[in-house]
Amino acid sequence: MDFDKELDARGLNCPLPILRCKKALNDCTSGQVLKIVSTDPGSVKDFAAFAKQTGNELLASAEAGSEYTFFIKKK
Amino acid sequence: MDDQKKMAIIATKGTLDWAYPPFILASTAAALGYETQIFFTFYGLQMLRKDLSGLKVSPLGNPGMPMKMPFGPKWFRSINWNMPNAIQSLVPGYESVATVLMKQTIKNNGVASIPELRELCQEAEVKFIACQMTVELFGFEHSDFIDGIEYGGAATFFEFAGETDICLYI
Repeated sequence: MDFDKELDARGLNCPLPILRCKKALNDCTSGQVLKIVSTDPGSVKDFAAFAKQTGNELLASAEAGSEYTFFIKKK
Repeated sequence: MDDQKKMAIIATKGTLDWAYPPFILASTAAALGYETQIFFTFYGLQMLRKDLSGLKVSPLGNPGMPMKMPFGPKWFRSINWNMPNAIQSLVPGYESVATVLMKQTIKNNGVASIPELRELCQEAEVKFIACQMTVELFGFEHSDFIDGIEYGGAATFFEFAGETDICLYI
Protein backbone atom coordinates (compact mmCIF):
# COMPACT_ATOMS: atom_id res chain seq x y z
CA MET A 1 0.00 0.00 0.00
CA ASP A 2 1.20 3.52 -0.81
CA PHE A 3 1.94 5.83 2.07
CA ASP A 4 3.30 9.33 2.60
CA LYS A 5 4.97 8.99 5.98
CA GLU A 6 6.23 6.17 8.13
CA LEU A 7 6.37 5.84 11.90
CA ASP A 8 8.55 3.25 13.60
CA ALA A 9 6.88 2.47 16.93
CA ARG A 10 8.68 -0.85 17.45
CA GLY A 11 9.72 -1.55 21.01
CA LEU A 12 7.32 1.04 22.41
CA ASN A 13 4.51 0.16 24.74
CA CYS A 14 1.10 1.66 25.56
CA PRO A 15 0.34 4.54 25.20
CA LEU A 16 3.43 5.63 23.27
CA PRO A 17 2.51 4.17 19.84
CA ILE A 18 -0.78 6.10 19.89
CA LEU A 19 0.85 9.30 21.14
CA ARG A 20 3.59 9.14 18.49
CA CYS A 21 0.97 8.39 15.84
CA LYS A 22 -1.05 11.43 16.87
CA LYS A 23 2.08 13.56 16.64
CA ALA A 24 2.99 12.15 13.24
CA LEU A 25 -0.55 12.80 11.97
CA ASN A 26 -0.22 16.43 13.05
CA ASP A 27 2.61 16.73 10.53
CA CYS A 28 0.49 15.20 7.75
CA THR A 29 -1.98 17.00 5.56
CA SER A 30 -5.55 15.84 5.07
CA GLY A 31 -5.73 12.71 2.91
CA GLN A 32 -2.12 11.67 3.47
CA VAL A 33 -1.46 8.13 4.62
CA LEU A 34 0.71 7.27 7.61
CA LYS A 35 2.24 3.84 7.93
CA ILE A 36 2.93 2.65 11.48
CA VAL A 37 4.94 -0.39 12.52
CA SER A 38 4.51 -1.57 16.09
CA THR A 39 5.45 -4.55 18.25
CA ASP A 40 2.89 -3.92 21.00
CA PRO A 41 0.14 -6.58 20.71
CA GLY A 42 -2.26 -4.17 22.46
CA SER A 43 -1.83 -1.69 19.63
CA VAL A 44 -4.09 -3.75 17.32
CA LYS A 45 -7.20 -2.82 19.25
CA ASP A 46 -5.81 0.57 20.23
CA PHE A 47 -5.25 1.79 16.67
CA ALA A 48 -8.73 0.66 15.65
CA ALA A 49 -10.17 2.55 18.64
CA PHE A 50 -7.99 5.57 17.92
CA ALA A 51 -9.17 5.70 14.31
CA LYS A 52 -12.81 5.32 15.28
CA GLN A 53 -12.69 8.08 17.84
CA THR A 54 -10.60 10.60 15.92
CA GLY A 55 -12.20 10.10 12.50
CA ASN A 56 -8.87 9.25 10.86
CA GLU A 57 -9.49 6.22 8.70
CA LEU A 58 -7.71 2.93 9.41
CA LEU A 59 -7.21 1.72 5.83
CA ALA A 60 -5.54 -1.57 6.69
CA SER A 61 -3.83 -3.44 9.46
CA ALA A 62 -1.64 -6.50 9.11
CA GLU A 63 0.25 -8.83 11.36
CA ALA A 64 3.54 -10.44 10.40
CA GLY A 65 5.31 -12.42 13.08
CA SER A 66 5.57 -10.13 16.08
CA GLU A 67 5.15 -6.95 14.07
CA TYR A 68 1.94 -5.08 13.39
CA THR A 69 1.51 -2.67 10.52
CA PHE A 70 -1.20 -0.04 10.24
CA PHE A 71 -2.13 2.42 7.52
CA ILE A 72 -4.04 5.46 8.72
CA LYS A 73 -5.40 8.14 6.42
CA LYS A 74 -5.56 11.59 7.97
CA LYS A 75 -9.02 13.12 8.18
CA MET B 1 -16.73 23.88 20.73
CA ASP B 2 -19.47 22.65 23.06
CA ASP B 3 -19.46 19.20 21.51
CA GLN B 4 -15.81 18.75 22.49
CA LYS B 5 -15.34 15.75 24.76
CA LYS B 6 -13.82 16.39 28.14
CA MET B 7 -12.13 14.35 30.85
CA ALA B 8 -11.15 15.23 34.39
CA ILE B 9 -8.92 13.20 36.70
CA ILE B 10 -8.24 13.62 40.39
CA ALA B 11 -4.75 12.29 41.11
CA THR B 12 -4.18 11.52 44.77
CA LYS B 13 -1.31 9.05 44.94
CA GLY B 14 2.37 9.89 45.20
CA THR B 15 4.19 6.74 44.20
CA LEU B 16 5.93 5.74 40.97
CA ASP B 17 3.40 3.02 40.11
CA TRP B 18 0.37 5.21 40.75
CA ALA B 19 1.83 8.08 38.74
CA TYR B 20 1.22 6.04 35.59
CA PRO B 21 -2.59 5.86 35.33
CA PRO B 22 -3.25 9.63 35.42
CA PHE B 23 -0.52 10.50 32.93
CA ILE B 24 -1.26 7.59 30.58
CA LEU B 25 -4.99 8.29 30.52
CA ALA B 26 -4.59 12.05 30.24
CA SER B 27 -2.06 11.91 27.39
CA THR B 28 -4.16 9.34 25.52
CA ALA B 29 -7.35 11.31 26.05
CA ALA B 30 -5.63 14.39 24.66
CA ALA B 31 -4.50 12.37 21.62
CA LEU B 32 -8.11 11.29 21.11
CA GLY B 33 -9.22 14.90 21.12
CA TYR B 34 -10.47 15.26 24.68
CA GLU B 35 -9.94 18.49 26.56
CA THR B 36 -8.26 17.14 29.68
CA GLN B 37 -7.52 18.34 33.18
CA ILE B 38 -5.78 16.68 36.11
CA PHE B 39 -6.37 17.95 39.61
CA PHE B 40 -3.43 16.95 41.85
CA THR B 41 -4.23 16.73 45.52
CA PHE B 42 -2.61 15.31 48.64
CA TYR B 43 0.18 12.87 47.68
CA GLY B 44 -0.61 13.41 44.02
CA LEU B 45 1.29 16.70 44.31
CA GLN B 46 4.50 14.66 44.16
CA MET B 47 3.83 14.17 40.45
CA LEU B 48 4.11 17.90 39.82
CA ARG B 49 7.47 18.42 41.48
CA LYS B 50 10.37 19.59 39.33
CA ASP B 51 12.39 16.72 40.74
CA LEU B 52 10.55 13.44 40.22
CA SER B 53 13.25 11.26 41.77
CA GLY B 54 11.19 11.09 44.97
CA LEU B 55 8.61 8.88 43.23
CA LYS B 56 9.20 5.40 44.53
CA VAL B 57 7.44 2.09 44.50
CA SER B 58 6.93 0.12 47.70
CA PRO B 59 6.47 -3.64 47.82
CA LEU B 60 5.76 -3.30 51.56
CA GLY B 61 2.12 -4.08 52.30
CA ASN B 62 1.56 -4.52 48.57
CA PRO B 63 0.81 -8.21 47.96
CA GLY B 64 -0.20 -7.54 44.36
CA MET B 65 3.25 -6.42 43.32
CA PRO B 66 5.43 -9.04 41.62
CA MET B 67 9.10 -8.73 42.62
CA LYS B 68 11.03 -9.94 39.61
CA MET B 69 14.54 -9.20 38.44
CA PRO B 70 14.89 -7.13 35.24
CA PHE B 71 18.12 -8.87 34.22
CA GLY B 72 19.64 -12.33 33.87
CA PRO B 73 18.42 -15.41 32.01
CA LYS B 74 14.71 -16.07 31.58
CA TRP B 75 14.41 -18.65 34.38
CA PHE B 76 15.99 -16.14 36.78
CA ARG B 77 13.69 -13.31 35.68
CA SER B 78 10.63 -15.40 36.32
CA ILE B 79 11.39 -15.97 40.01
CA ASN B 80 9.12 -14.02 42.32
CA TRP B 81 11.13 -12.60 45.23
CA ASN B 82 8.23 -11.57 47.43
CA MET B 83 9.19 -11.41 51.07
CA PRO B 84 7.18 -11.18 54.27
CA ASN B 85 6.33 -7.61 55.28
CA ALA B 86 8.24 -7.97 58.54
CA ILE B 87 11.49 -8.66 56.68
CA GLN B 88 10.90 -5.93 54.08
CA SER B 89 10.39 -3.34 56.78
CA LEU B 90 13.65 -4.24 58.51
CA VAL B 91 15.91 -4.02 55.46
CA PRO B 92 17.23 -0.46 54.99
CA GLY B 93 16.87 0.79 51.42
CA TYR B 94 14.43 -1.93 50.40
CA GLU B 95 12.14 0.58 48.68
CA SER B 96 15.01 2.25 46.87
CA VAL B 97 16.25 -1.06 45.51
CA ALA B 98 12.72 -2.07 44.49
CA THR B 99 12.39 1.30 42.72
CA VAL B 100 15.64 0.90 40.80
CA LEU B 101 14.54 -2.59 39.70
CA MET B 102 11.09 -1.32 38.72
CA LYS B 103 12.56 1.52 36.65
CA GLN B 104 14.76 -0.99 34.82
CA THR B 105 11.75 -3.25 34.17
CA ILE B 106 9.83 -0.25 32.83
CA LYS B 107 12.71 0.58 30.49
CA ASN B 108 13.08 -3.05 29.34
CA ASN B 109 9.41 -3.13 28.37
CA GLY B 110 9.44 0.04 26.30
CA VAL B 111 7.12 1.76 28.77
CA ALA B 112 7.58 5.52 28.97
CA SER B 113 9.13 7.12 32.04
CA ILE B 114 7.02 9.41 34.22
CA PRO B 115 8.97 12.56 33.26
CA GLU B 116 8.43 11.64 29.60
CA LEU B 117 4.68 11.04 30.03
CA ARG B 118 4.27 14.25 32.00
CA GLU B 119 6.01 16.17 29.25
CA LEU B 120 3.78 14.53 26.62
CA CYS B 121 0.73 15.63 28.62
CA GLN B 122 2.00 19.19 28.76
CA GLU B 123 2.78 19.20 25.04
CA ALA B 124 -0.78 18.02 24.42
CA GLU B 125 -2.08 20.90 26.56
CA VAL B 126 -3.43 18.79 29.39
CA LYS B 127 -4.17 21.29 32.13
CA PHE B 128 -2.54 20.59 35.49
CA ILE B 129 -4.12 22.03 38.62
CA ALA B 130 -2.42 21.73 42.00
CA CYS B 131 -4.56 21.78 45.11
CA GLN B 132 -3.51 24.98 46.87
CA MET B 133 -4.76 23.75 50.23
CA THR B 134 -2.52 20.65 50.13
CA VAL B 135 0.42 22.71 48.88
CA GLU B 136 0.19 24.69 52.10
CA LEU B 137 -0.71 21.71 54.28
CA PHE B 138 2.42 19.87 53.24
CA GLY B 139 4.64 22.95 53.40
CA PHE B 140 5.47 23.04 49.69
CA GLU B 141 6.43 26.20 47.80
CA HIS B 142 5.22 27.00 44.29
CA SER B 143 8.89 26.93 43.32
CA ASP B 144 8.96 23.18 44.10
CA PHE B 145 6.64 22.57 41.17
CA ILE B 146 7.01 22.72 37.39
CA ASP B 147 5.95 25.82 35.48
CA GLY B 148 2.71 26.06 33.58
CA ILE B 149 0.42 24.71 36.27
CA GLU B 150 -2.48 26.42 38.01
CA TYR B 151 -3.34 26.45 41.68
CA GLY B 152 -6.91 26.10 42.87
CA GLY B 153 -9.35 24.35 45.12
CA ALA B 154 -12.37 22.08 44.99
CA ALA B 155 -14.58 24.71 43.38
CA THR B 156 -12.03 25.18 40.60
CA PHE B 157 -12.12 21.44 39.95
CA PHE B 158 -15.93 21.33 39.76
CA GLU B 159 -16.05 24.18 37.29
CA PHE B 160 -14.50 21.89 34.70
CA ALA B 161 -15.48 18.47 36.09
CA GLY B 162 -19.18 19.33 35.96
CA GLU B 163 -19.01 19.48 32.19
CA THR B 164 -16.94 16.36 31.57
CA ASP B 165 -17.84 13.11 29.85
CA ILE B 166 -15.37 11.14 31.94
CA CYS B 167 -14.34 11.90 35.48
CA LEU B 168 -11.91 9.65 37.36
CA TYR B 169 -10.53 9.48 40.86
CA ILE B 170 -7.11 7.87 40.99
